Amino acid sequence: MSNLLLFPIIIPLIMATILMLFPNKIKMQRLFALLGALATLTSSLFLLFKVYNDGIQVVTLGSWPAPFGISMVSDLFSALLVVTTSLIVLFVVLYSFPTIGIKREQSFYYPAVLFLLTGVNGAFTTGDIFNLFVFVEVLLMASYTLIVHGGERQQLRESIKYLLVNIISSALFVVAVALLYSVTGTLNMADLAIKIPQIENTGILTVIAVLFLVVFGFKAAIFPLYFWLPASYHAPPMPILALFGALLTKVGVYAIMRTYTLFFTMNVGFTHELLAIIAILTILAGCVGALAYFDVKKIIIYNIIIAVGVILFGVSQLNEAGVQGSILYLIHDMMIKAVLFFLVGIVAVIFGTSNLRKMGGLMKTYPVLGWTYLVAAFGLAGIPPLSGFPGKLLIVQGGFEGPQFWGSIVILATSLIVLLSAVRIFIYAFWGEPVETKPLKKSAYQAMLIPSMILVAITVFFGVGAELFMPFVSGAAEVLLNPTLYIEAVFKE
Amino acid sequence: MKTNDVMLQTVTKVVTFIILMFAVHIFFAGHYTPGGGFVGGLLTASAIVLLMLAFGIQTVKKIVPVNYVVMTSVGLLLAIATAAASILFDVPFFTHAYDYFDLPLFGKTSLHSAMLFDAGVYLVVVGVTMTIIQTIGEDE
Repeated sequence: MSNLLLFPIIIPLIMATILMLFPNKIKMQRLFALLGALATLTSSLFLLFKVYNDGIQVVTLGSWPAPFGISMVSDLFSALLVVTTSLIVLFVVLYSFPTIGIKREQSFYYPAVLFLLTGVNGAFTTGDIFNLFVFVEVLLMASYTLIVHGGERQQLRESIKYLLVNIISSALFVVAVALLYSVTGTLNMADLAIKIPQIENTGILTVIAVLFLVVFGFKAAIFPLYFWLPASYHAPPMPILALFGALLTKVGVYAIMRTYTLFFTMNVGFTHELLAIIAILTILAGCVGALAYFDVKKIIIYNIIIAVGVILFGVSQLNEAGVQGSILYLIHDMMIKAVLFFLVGIVAVIFGTSNLRKMGGLMKTYPVLGWTYLVAAFGLAGIPPLSGFPGKLLIVQGGFEGPQFWGSIVILATSLIVLLSAVRIFIYAFWGEPVETKPLKKSAYQAMLIPSMILVAITVFFGVGAELFMPFVSGAAEVLLNPTLYIEAVFKE
Repeated sequence: MKTNDVMLQTVTKVVTFIILMFAVHIFFAGHYTPGGGFVGGLLTASAIVLLMLAFGIQTVKKIVPVNYVVMTSVGLLLAIATAAASILFDVPFFTHAYDYFDLPLFGKTSLHSAMLFDAGVYLVVVGVTMTIIQTIGEDE
């Protein structure tokens, strides 16, 4: 089965296409979306164990030889992310049933979600930088549909900004790819990793590396390119927001991690120090936002930005602890962000607003929700033994071993701010005087809470049982730190 | 608004078929020479748009009663199925198969599975273009 690594890309694509045939049959839509997400998750798990047992999986499309055809490469890092993505989409689909509303379900909501899954999985799997652009466009197309889906006033206004920012950054992406091609004569990532060290004029390559940092920085929302994110993400309804918050910025983060470990390593003193500084600034900017707002959605949205900074700081250190920490934290962050948006979404539905000042006293009426949220919030802040802890610990260790030890100090200090911002929601919404709440059907409440609770349980397991996942993570980090493994896998045939 | 567009309508009746024939020609020219499903699809769509300009959207809907969303979906499925057929033979995705056949009338002809893929692309292009134009056109 040489094509196994393509299954997590093809299955949602086929399912989405089939779903387009009968947009009005809601039961069928739900069933097929669920089946599609489940099948994708199963195939990605198979893939993960295949990669773990047999090494990096490569297929070059159309039976062309490697640098000429488009290579799809699945190493442990990419397989881990594909599994996480498929898992999150499965839960988003489950969470969508009670929340998204029949009108949206009838107008191609599930196909758009599955197309997004196709794009994200493809971007994580591809081994060709132009093909990465194509998959990013696939997921952006789906995200354009989703952000404007339903056509509310705020959504329409924000989607224009979102479109503009992404079109500009995509145009820059093509320019950067063209520049890279004109210098190296190849776009295959493994081939780039061979050719770039042979080029003596590193000046132009450094420019290209920074250009790619800008391009991916727009998608990943790093400082100062995150300006579009808080407002745009605030507009769409909660399941879509969870999907975006958990997955979209992570594609940019993944692209930076991949390119900055595999081939843009010719001038580490400049590019990676720049990355470290930007990462720290991103964390600080995110912290300001997370404390400044009294809107539950906004608080979690700014926490996305903080996490992006933390992950990128780990990568910029280019040592074993830092990179391992980044991978762990990336996976943790994808899950915890999805679950926090789920829980905050339930709170917002109960109060009918996302303004913290108008909330209070939920602990008496919805205690399970309160405790679940508290666990998720502690997980976000990285309180041991929950899921944020091992990743952050390794990143901080990597920082102390690397050149930018001050970055680790900032990360440690800002962890408290992250904790404060997340617990503030708990204090305002769950403690205090009870405020009048909107009536919520018990079945709808349970349909929202149960997927969230299962996902929280998975993150807890991911934190407590981090030791179990360490072989996967260290294997993934090994490939990132030794590009030769990647190159040999692609060119072995 | 009622305008006299006898000229446009008369010309359209002829030109539409020329465009459609040309679209078929371009479609089959693809793969070995410039052309293919994408351009062919665009040409077909332009023929339908010309019809719409001359006779109005409602009339064209009656003449060509096609659900373009379904058309897009079918095209996508055809394209994916062609590419995915390689999975059954356990060769890398998108590997195509071709051979030469002696067909009556055509003589020695090359049949290529890329043609099926292109047919999918053709349907997707027509479907998407027409969905977009219909959506904008109906928005008074």
